[in-house]
Formats: sequence, structure tokens, C-alpha cells
Amino acid sequence: MSFIEVVFAIAGLFGLFTGLAVAVLSLTWMERKTLARIQQRAGPSVVGPHGLLQPVADAMKLATKEDMIPNYADKLLFWMAPIFVAVPAFMIWIAIPFGDNLAVRVLDLGLLYLVAISGIGVVGLLMGGWASSSRYSMLGGLRAAAQLVSYEIPIVIVILSIAVLVQSLSLDAVIGGNTISIGDDTRDLPGQGAIPFAFIMPMGLLIFLIAGLAELGRTPFDIHHAESEVVGGPFVEYSGAHWAVFFLAEYLNTFVISALIVILFFGGWSWPAPPESLFGNDLSSTATNLIGGAWLMIKTYLVAIGIFWIRGTYPRLRIDQLMAFAWQVLIPLSFVNLVLIAIVLFYDWPLWVMTAVSLPIILGVGIAVQRRRGARGRPQTVRILRRSAGEIGVPMPPASTPVTDQVQAGG
Amino acid sequence: MTTEGSSNPPAKRREPEVPQAAVALPPEGIALAALLPEALADHGVEVGAAIDEVVCTVPADRLIDVCRLLKDEPSLKFEYLRLLTVVDYVEQVGEFEVVYHLFSLANHHKMVVKTRTAERRPSVPSVTSVWRGADWYEREMHDLFGVTFEGHHNLSPLVLPDDFDGFPGRKSYPLNDYEEW
Amino acid sequence: MTDPVATQIEDKFTYQASSEPGTVDMMVNMGPQHPATHGVFRMELRVDGEQIQDVVPHIGYLHRGSEKLCEHELYSQIITLFDRFDYVSNFNNELVIVSAVEKLMGVEPPPRAELIRIIMCEFNRIASHLLFYGTFAIDMGAITPVLYNFRDREKIQSLFESVSGARMMHNYFRVGGVKEDVKDDFTSRALALCDELERGVDETDKLLTENEIFVERTTGIGVISGEDALDWGLSGPVLRASGVPYDVRVDEPYSRYSELDFGIPVGSAGDCWDRFYLRILEARESLSIIRQAMALLEPGDTMAQIRRIARPPAGEVYAHCENPRGDLGVYIVSDGGERPYRLKVRPPSFCNLQALKDLTVGHYIADAVVILGTLDIVLGEVDR
Repeated sequence: MSFIEVVFAIAGLFGLFTGLAVAVLSLTWMERKTLARIQQRAGPSVVGPHGLLQPVADAMKLATKEDMIPNYADKLLFWMAPIFVAVPAFMIWIAIPFGDNLAVRVLDLGLLYLVAISGIGVVGLLMGGWASSSRYSMLGGLRAAAQLVSYEIPIVIVILSIAVLVQSLSLDAVIGGNTISIGDDTRDLPGQGAIPFAFIMPMGLLIFLIAGLAELGRTPFDIHHAESEVVGGPFVEYSGAHWAVFFLAEYLNTFVISALIVILFFGGWSWPAPPESLFGNDLSSTATNLIGGAWLMIKTYLVAIGIFWIRGTYPRLRIDQLMAFAWQVLIPLSFVNLVLIAIVLFYDWPLWVMTAVSLPIILGVGIAVQRRRGARGRPQTVRILRRSAGEIGVPMPPASTPVTDQVQAGG
Repeated sequence: MTTEGSSNPPAKRREPEVPQAAVALPPEGIALAALLPEALADHGVEVGAAIDEVVCTVPADRLIDVCRLLKDEPSLKFEYLRLLTVVDYVEQVGEFEVVYHLFSLANHHKMVVKTRTAERRPSVPSVTSVWRGADWYEREMHDLFGVTFEGHHNLSPLVLPDDFDGFPGRKSYPLNDYEEW
Repeated sequence: MTDPVATQIEDKFTYQASSEPGTVDMMVNMGPQHPATHGVFRMELRVDGEQIQDVVPHIGYLHRGSEKLCEHELYSQIITLFDRFDYVSNFNNELVIVSAVEKLMGVEPPPRAELIRIIMCEFNRIASHLLFYGTFAIDMGAITPVLYNFRDREKIQSLFESVSGARMMHNYFRVGGVKEDVKDDFTSRALALCDELERGVDETDKLLTENEIFVERTTGIGVISGEDALDWGLSGPVLRASGVPYDVRVDEPYSRYSELDFGIPVGSAGDCWDRFYLRILEARESLSIIRQAMALLEPGDTMAQIRRIARPPAGEVYAHCENPRGDLGVYIVSDGGERPYRLKVRPPSFCNLQALKDLTVGHYIADAVVILGTLDIVLGEVDR
């Protein structure tokens, strides 16, 4: 590695770090504004125009707060946990392409790298949960471990399906397409400049979105820091800067999942209009990269807003339902997706076959999930009784009250 | 039905011209009052009335039998315990009165069962075996009045701190001028 | 295992062997400062993993000895204390104490006052239920409905403010009537509010009841049979969800409820979903009661001619009304003085909370929160 490359790498890292910090600040502001709009509130509006400086004020408050460590905490682990959560969240961004061949490091095994790094964060949550020496954080940490490990699998399988489709593990190939040659046969595999993979693999997109939400611990899968159950989960004993680091990591992860959805399914920097198609090929590379980066960011923020919207809408699942959903629905579906794409490619069928097969499967699974406990949207157990005032003889339920299908809690 | 049943011990404390609340039993109450003396014949029960409720006074040692009968007898069927409370008549007659308000959904009857216990070591049998809902009422009354409910599974403090001294529900306990902490 | 907290607590709680050999159950102390305990309620959960093996509820953190305090206050002063029992349905509480004293004294309030009371109480029932939907949704992790519901509750409170002068602690009902007549624009305001509330309740219904996750989380959770519910002395929506159609407004009609036509929502499963949906239907019935009462409202007196300081005859009385939480009763022993000799409240939340252990054991921690949410306790009333 030449000196120039080292300088560029360091400059890239520095820029990335600054950019991500700004992105996190903007995301917190956006989340609060989005939720406020959903909830008919104004949201932050005092600090700066439209409350834009609110995240800065929050950051300053958190940085200057007293950092408390519980007496019984395992101090080393307690200190290390936020680092274990935050560092991988930053590291993922090294491989994310912002434009054609534009990343801090362009990795040939980019997809593998993403999968490998994103699995580390859970260790930090578990460490924090254990080290805090609080029952809530312990429960939260264990919940996080169970949940994140389970939902890692569908994510990996979906990423694998994408890799099968483009016959490469490089993120550039996912966006720009790939040419492979087997013997004399050379085949052009599609990139996403023309048609994003979301239309080829709708099932993959859905699985990735749902599993991604679970991976982030966002509603409806926010059980590991569920406020009304385990208070704050692994973060319950953290305060000040330590807590801020957890917070930072959480928003970074939200951002990375949004970016991955865009890169894997919505053409990253090239879709809907690659810079060349807009301004021709004589555009300078800086301008091309700027336009590409802007496409990526716009789409990423849109996906992030979608995630915040979901947060404002849904209640949360219970742990057994969450695990059952992962193992009984998402993981089998992701394997179906993988096998389907392999079959389509092997027989050299056109790619719309994949879409045509996926859509009915999604529909069928959706209906099956809905009707699992017999066909009903809302239970028909409540009726309105009209009784005349002071009527004697209250109609009582039968002696041994039959209770409608009682779900056994012990899964 | 006469007004005898509504004469209360506190009335004795005051001047004789204190007016008494008029008794006006609803039709169901009259039917119940006619039914009760027969049903509870061999339990030493006095049946009276207070405003719109049938009141029956039971000796403490027959309480469980009477309550069980009131709950199980089909013509009575008092399956709902509305309220359980203790009234402090120590100043007047040196006794605590334990009051049970019952309701029967099936027959639409309501009635009050009363029993008395002496000031020293006040104790009545627990009715938790008859109505489970009496559980917390009895614990609360144990906290506030020091009445022991024999047979209750757990009379640990419910509404008071574990180390609270005294029985703040009693008339003898001052409303203020006491050491709170 | 060197968990210092565990060793500390070990002295206090005996660990019980869990179902698997070589493991012990964990004690989780929920409350008194916990977002889901609706105030200062504490429960000790003994959990095996996530599953609850035992629950020990602790109350009394808000015990103020109000009943003792009542024995030292004039009857008119007691009304203000009743406002503070169930602090989200104040009018319903006031109604209980004033109707008890009226029953003791044999006073009939004027018909207009009775109707105003009914309207206020039913509005308050809706306000209380709105609060329930919101906090219950928060317990389930849905953060949005509570703000919609508070928006509607706010409108009810401004109506209360225009009538009684206070948003929460009204002190508006008097023995023998109400403090003062309603303002001229009351009828139009209240009817307009009814329409708005109808929309608000429908909105909550749409937002929550048909949500797949919501249904999944609530059906079959915290089931109690009708017989058990009666045995525990439960009342209100919790009892009716189990199929027992006991409603004081119908079973022992007080005030002018016998003139009004309304239905009682009754469940059959006795689970959390029934307890929730029943309250949605109840709010709609309350709206219909309000509209009927508004139609009956005629000009007239709002206060009976009685002594300024009530001095009921000696005797004892039990009066009760249907609170949003259940059957709220009051037992007064009078010795003919200006102050009661003994006053005891039958707090519905207190009775409903007793059944918590029966409802939760065997479920998950997350369900305990949901079950506690559907019991809809107000700690001011539980502890008094």
C-alpha cells in the first residue's frame, strides 16, 4: 500500500466518521419529527429553526452528564460493552459503496464482510446486560442475544440469494452487474441500473426488511429494550456518554440497514437514473460520484423514515411469538427464495419468472399467518346485552365456563 | 319490619334526641328478611334492617357456617362479597364489629352480615375459604384495626409499612400528633 | 455464580428450584418505579427464564389513611377527598359519596341535577377509558394511540372545566344536587363533543383492535372464568369480560339510570382482548347515555333545599355506583353528627388487583404487563 493510499484511507475514515456523526444527528431529529407528525404533535421546535439543533443540544447534554457505574457492576465489561456495540456499527460503513468504485475500501468480499461484522454487536449487548448486574438488563441482554442470532440467519440467506443472482460477493457487482465466463460461455448478469432487485426478489426484500427491523431491535421487534417490560434492557444502568454511544450505534445500525436495503434491492447509487444517463458520459468523476451519493442518501433516508413510521404504528411482539416467526416463517421462506433463484438461474429462465413465483408465495404465507388460529380478524367474544333495569336473575355463564381457544403460554 | 334493627351503639353515646334513619326495605329485601330466620334457624342469628339492607348479626364462632350456608343455599346464593370492614365500637361497648356486605346476582338479594369481637385480642374466623376476595380486605383490616382473622393464610402488612407500630384505623389512634417516621 | 445482587437478595427470598435441575428461579422486582406499573405498585415476580412462576403484589405506597381522615371531616369536605381516590374518574367518585349521604338523609336531588350528574359521570367514564386505551397501548409497545386519546380526553376536560371550574379535582357534586347550573352553551358544546368522541373512539378501535400483533398479544392471555371472577370479588369491565353481566347501573339503578336505555357489553373469553374491547363498546354506550340524558334535560333547580352543613340521622348505609373501574361503594356509619362515625370505601381497583396472581402465573413477563394494563388500576384508589 503506497503512502498516497494510506493518506486517502485515513482521510476517508475521517470523512466517514464525521459524516456518520452528522447522519446520526439528522436521524434522531428526523425520527422525532416523523413520530411527532404521526402523533399530531409539533416535535422539537425550540432549539434552532424547526428544532434542527435539538440533536446537538441532546448530544451536549449527554456528554456532560455524570457517568454512573453501579456498585455491583463488572466494571471492565461495563466499560467495554458500548465499544463492542459501536465499533462494528462504524466498521460496516467501510465497505458501503457511495458511488462507482467509491468506498473507503472496495472489498471483493463485501457481502461476506457485512455479514461478519454485523454479528459482533450482539456481544456488546450481552456484555452490557450481564455487567450491569441488574435483572432487567440481564433479561434484556439475553433477549437481545436470542433475537439477534435468530434473525441473523434469514438476513444471511437473503444476502446469499443476492450473491447467487450476481455470482459475486462484491457490492459493486450487486449494483453495477457482473460478467462471468464458464468455459467458453460468457454471460452478463444483471446489475440494478435498469431494474432493481426489489422487483426480481420481492420476497427477499420483505424478509430482509422484517429481519432487518428485528436486527435493529425496532418496533415491532423492540423486545430487548422494551420500555414497559425490561425498562431499558441492556442500557438500563448506563448514563451519560456511555449511553450516548449505545444510542449512536443504534442509529448507525438503522442507517446501515436502510442503506443495505437500498444497495441490495433498490440499486444503490445507480437507480432510478444512473448519473451517466442523466448527463452523458462526459461528466467529471467527482460530479458522477456526487450524484450517485445523493441518490443513495435520498433513498436511504426514505427507507429510514419508513422504519420510523413502523415504530409509530405497531405494538410489539412477545418473545415466543418473535422467535416462532423467525424460525417458522422467515427462515424457511428465505431458503425458498434461495432455491428459487438458483433454479431460475440454472435453467436460464427469464428473471420475471422469479417475480411471478415469489408474489403468490408471499400472498399465501401472509394469509396462512393471518389465519393460523382459524379465520378471524377480531375475536367475536364480546356482545352487548340489553337488560331492563333492576331485572332479577342475572344470566350467569355456564358452571364450568368454557374459555375460547386458550393459548398455552408455555411455548 | 321495625326500626329495632337499625339502632346502633353510637346512638347511645349521643343525646337521646338523635334522629334515626328510616328503614325502607325494597320488595326483595322484605322477601329476604322473611326467608332468613328460617334458613339460619339454628345459628343464633338476629335479623334486622338498616335503611334498605337486611342486617343479620351472627356470633363469631358460627360465622363460617353461616357464610357458607349463605353462599351455597340455592335460595340465597350470596356468591359476591362486596365489602368487608371493621367498625370500632370500643368506646361504647368495648367491641369491634366486623361487617360483611353480600350480594346475590342470581336472586338479586343484598344483605349485611355482622359479627362482634372483644377489644382485647380481637379475632374472628377468616372467610377467605368462602370468598377468596376477602383476602386483601382482611389483611387491610388486620393492619388498620389489629383484628386477627383466624385461618387466613398470610396476614402480613398490606397497606402499612412492615415496621409500622400501632393500629391507625382505631378511634384511639390520634389523627395527628404522632411520630410518623 | 457470583452475582452480588443475587447473594444480597438470597437472604430475603428463598430460591425455589426451577423445573430444570441445577438452576434456580430468578426474582425480578417490578416497581414501584417501573413504567408499566401505572403508579407506585410493586410486584415481585419469580421467573423461570421468561415464564412467571409466582407473583407477590405489594401495595400501600400511596396509603394516606383517607378513610380515617374522612371520619374527621364534614360531609361536604369528604367530597374533595373522594376526588382524590380514583383521580381519573373524579365525578364518578363524587357521585358515590353524595348519593350515600342523600340515601342516609332521605334527600332527593332535583331531576335536573341528577341528569347533569349522569352526563358528567358518563363523560368521565369515557375520559377514563380513553386513558386506559392509551396506556394499555403503551404497555404493548404502541406509542401513538395514547396521544390521540389524550387529545380527546383534553376536550372532555375543557368541558369539565367550563362546568365545574376544575379540570380534574372538581368538587362539583353536592349533597342534594350540584354546585351550580351548567352554562348556557353547555348543551351545544356537549353534543358537539359527543360527535368528536365518537370519532376518537372509532379511531382507537381501528388503530388497535384489528391489528394482528395486538390480537395475537391479547387473546387467551390472563383468562379468568366468571365463577372465579365473582369469587375474587372482581367488578366492572374485568368481571363483565368473563361473562357476568353485573353492572350497578342496571342491577341496582341509582340516580335516573332506570329511565335511560343502554346495553351492557359482556365478554365470554375473559381474556385481555375482551377486557379491552369491552371498554371500547362501553365508551360508545356512554355516548348514547349522554345523548339520551341531554334530551331529557329540562330547566329547573339544581340543588335541593337542605341544611348547608349536612347532619344525617344516625344509621348506616351502603351506596355504590358503577365506576369506570367497577363497583365503587361506600359504607357510612353515622352517629347523627356532622361527621361520619366510620367510613369505608369499596375500591374496585383494589378488588380487581387481588386476582393478579391467578391471572399471570404461567405467562411471560411481557404478558404480566399486558394483564396489569387490562385490570386498569389506579393506585390512588387501591391504596387510598
